[in-house]
Amino acid sequence: MTEVLLEARNIGKRFGGVQALKDVSLTIRRGEIYGLIGPNGAGKTTLFNVFTGLYPRDGGEVLFAGKPLSLESPHTVAAAGIARTFQNIRLFANMTARENVMVGRHVRTRAGVFGAILHTRAERAEEAAIRRRADELLHYVGIDDRADALARNLSYGDQRRLEIARALATDPQLLALDEPAAGMNATETAGLRQLIEGLRRDGLTVLLIEHDVKLVMGLCDRVAVLDYGEKIAEDVPEVVRKNPKVIEAYLGTSAH
Amino acid sequence: MDILLQQIINGLTTGSVYAVVALGYTMVYGVIQLINFAHGEVVMIGAMVAFSVIASLAGSTLPPLAIVLAGVLAAIPACMAIGYSLERVAYRPLRHAPRLAPLITAIGMSIILQHLALLIWGRNPLAFPQIIDNPSFAIGGAAISGVQIAIILLSMVMMAGLSWFVYRTRFGIAIRATAENVHVAALMGINANRVIAATFVIGAGLGAVAGVMFGTYYGIAHYTMGFTLGLKAFSAAVLGGIGNLPGAMVGGLLLGLVEALGTGYIGEMTDLCRWPGAGSGTGWMGERCADGEHFVLFGSNYQDVFAFLMLILVLVFRPSGLLGERVSERA
Amino acid sequence: MGWSTRQKFGLACVALALVALPFVLAMAGTAWVRITNFAVLFVLLSLGLNIVVGFAGLLDLGYVAFFAVGAYVYALLASPHFGLHLPFWVILPIGAAVAGIAGAVLGAPTLRLRGDYLAIVTLGFGEIVRIFMNNLSAPVNVTNGPKGINRIDPFQVGPLNFSASDNFGGLTFSGPIKYYYFLLIVLLVVIVINRRLQDSRIGRAWVAIREDEIAAKAAGINTRNIKLLAFAMGASFGGVAGGMFAAIQGFVSPESFILNESIMILAMVVLGGMGNIWGVIAGAVLLSFMPELLRYTVEPAQKAMFGRMLVDPEVLRMLIFGLALVLTMRFRPAGLWPETRHKRELDADRK
Repeated sequence: MTEVLLEARNIGKRFGGVQALKDVSLTIRRGEIYGLIGPNGAGKTTLFNVFTGLYPRDGGEVLFAGKPLSLESPHTVAAAGIARTFQNIRLFANMTARENVMVGRHVRTRAGVFGAILHTRAERAEEAAIRRRADELLHYVGIDDRADALARNLSYGDQRRLEIARALATDPQLLALDEPAAGMNATETAGLRQLIEGLRRDGLTVLLIEHDVKLVMGLCDRVAVLDYGEKIAEDVPEVVRKNPKVIEAYLGTSAH
Repeated sequence: MDILLQQIINGLTTGSVYAVVALGYTMVYGVIQLINFAHGEVVMIGAMVAFSVIASLAGSTLPPLAIVLAGVLAAIPACMAIGYSLERVAYRPLRHAPRLAPLITAIGMSIILQHLALLIWGRNPLAFPQIIDNPSFAIGGAAISGVQIAIILLSMVMMAGLSWFVYRTRFGIAIRATAENVHVAALMGINANRVIAATFVIGAGLGAVAGVMFGTYYGIAHYTMGFTLGLKAFSAAVLGGIGNLPGAMVGGLLLGLVEALGTGYIGEMTDLCRWPGAGSGTGWMGERCADGEHFVLFGSNYQDVFAFLMLILVLVFRPSGLLGERVSERA
Repeated sequence: MGWSTRQKFGLACVALALVALPFVLAMAGTAWVRITNFAVLFVLLSLGLNIVVGFAGLLDLGYVAFFAVGAYVYALLASPHFGLHLPFWVILPIGAAVAGIAGAVLGAPTLRLRGDYLAIVTLGFGEIVRIFMNNLSAPVNVTNGPKGINRIDPFQVGPLNFSASDNFGGLTFSGPIKYYYFLLIVLLVVIVINRRLQDSRIGRAWVAIREDEIAAKAAGINTRNIKLLAFAMGASFGGVAGGMFAAIQGFVSPESFILNESIMILAMVVLGGMGNIWGVIAGAVLLSFMPELLRYTVEPAQKAMFGRMLVDPEVLRMLIFGLALVLTMRFRPAGLWPETRHKRELDADRK
């Protein structure tokens, strides 16, 4: 487990006068679950949004699978192989669960307007493949029985799962989850944990931002800690847990 | 005659009106991020009401200025009532609906207002009765009329008054707080509904005066006048940075100037015969331009295009406007 | 998906009714066939606008500009104005292409803008197009200004001239009836195209953008290109409708392409149900026939009650359009016939 999948060097980001990220560098290795934790406002989501092209960065660079990653726009990032979910779930509310996942296949398929209008053989084959893959993924995350339900009618836990299925549909090498356990009850969290462990077993690399420190420490291979926009630790959970700076950062604020 | 100076004077006059109308758009937008599409129609109704009153009093013995004042004083409450009802009936029920919903409603309201005006006042324009004489003053080779002076001064007074109100009074602070964050303002004990309704009412009141000024300047009021005027004023608000009061004023004046100067010079600038080499040469172009003829691509009949072009250019290159700090896209 | 016997029967009945319709209408007067033709044109326009507004959620208030582009392309290429007389099957695709390009070009600067700005900018574009139509008569006479362009060629298919009457098997096919059938075929094609687009990769991307643009980006959609595509597709439908309008009417002038027309088309889409093809069609049919309805009800009613006309039906019609927009948004934001995804969901639960 030595190959580096994503390497971020000296990422910086300012919002007006606030330095949200200061020279953050980190490396994520292929096949691991990498946790990113930190007190509220530490810059976790900001870093996440920079990685996924939602915010322009002010400095630094990102190498992904050995190549510089263009962070111009979220869709180029998705095409490069990074998929994400959102802290406050963002689904296509009035589309069915299956359609949501089918949208995720967009970046890996190519049928255009004319293919659709003429309903060509290639278009039909691709459409069938998209549908098949979507159903597989719904099954994978365990909501295949809700395939034809509108996304907005799904339970909270199922919405989280659907968002993960949609992200997986883009064939990512790195799956970035932004606080997936937020708002979940204990049963739902346990289920989520199983799902993420399954993803690792299937060879996917996962970047996990989480508030639930217990979940992160139990699940992650390595953990980085952000505080006031700076990385203060990066190591295996057992080491990070004992790091005095980390303890201070968490005790200094209202600890979780 | 000095065309440049004259066009600047004309531009400042129409620009003042744009600025006052733009304030109505920008105040509402600042507080609830809604383009009150029907604002232009409110302005039109202001002009129509005032003209009706003025026309009916024109034969009386009242002094002319008192007649005009009576017209304005009738238009202001009428427009305020419409502004208030618009908010209450059309927009408030949709405050938590998807973004497109209030906008579509606003378009619907504007169509309704326009055609109600058509029902009431008919298809023919109302003319401003000849009751005041409009003296003309010469300055530096150009002329400025009494009406122009009045429009510019009155606009300045209204803008100053609004600024004082918004920046210096308790209620003004409430408006600005609501514009910053409706929820936090509500927590601070500010009645957001009242503030929002107030922005509509104030905007409509200003719009009423603007409508009278605009109508007086051109001598007529017509049920369709609100559409173009509203669109231009909205462009002015965007130009200055929508949601930003000084921005609306600057944007309005600037738009007036660009429009006046553009209209004044576009004919010359797009006269191909004046372009170097064209007039003197031979061939098709030379023939066309012989004997001091003109070949004007775009004349002053393209006047209304300038505002839209400005709007589009601003939105493409500086969507937050000249004085605006807000970003156009909120995540 | 397969059709049940009952559905097939229903479909056959509708088809038969549509084929027989013009002859029934012709008995009441050819004017009714013309009115129906214009209604079909508005259905086409609404379906085009539905792609932009209903599918992709982009509020386009200048849609009539593309209708105008299509109409003027036809008028310029098939009239004595330039002395060009190209056949319609050449011009209609050109009109669609020019309108589509115009749609993309006009859409491009607005892509980064939020929905409400987009509405205003498209409105401005619509006005600019109209101003140009009105004024491009000098120094070179392109559009003939406010007077418009006259004596536009009707459709001609082989020996069939669409402005004259023909007899087949004892039936008289008047010009409007021929246009009706042509429009019906175009409508069928447009409906099929719409349905196919809706359930395609591109159609899903449009709806995804409408639902949540940021999530759509994150899911890998190049929102800029996909939105441009929506503008272009919608506009090209408008272009085709415009071409047919020019031919049917034989005359175009800027007056036919005012803002009120854009609002009318929008009202049809909104009232019927944004995003739902059948709802949009129903909305368009309903609102297209409304003026006639008013003419035959409100006019006599007013004369009977007041002895004269108090409210001009034209004004009343616009008032009703305005009210339709306001009331639909207030009480039935998804339209009278909302998108059928809910129904699909119920069907799925049943099996």
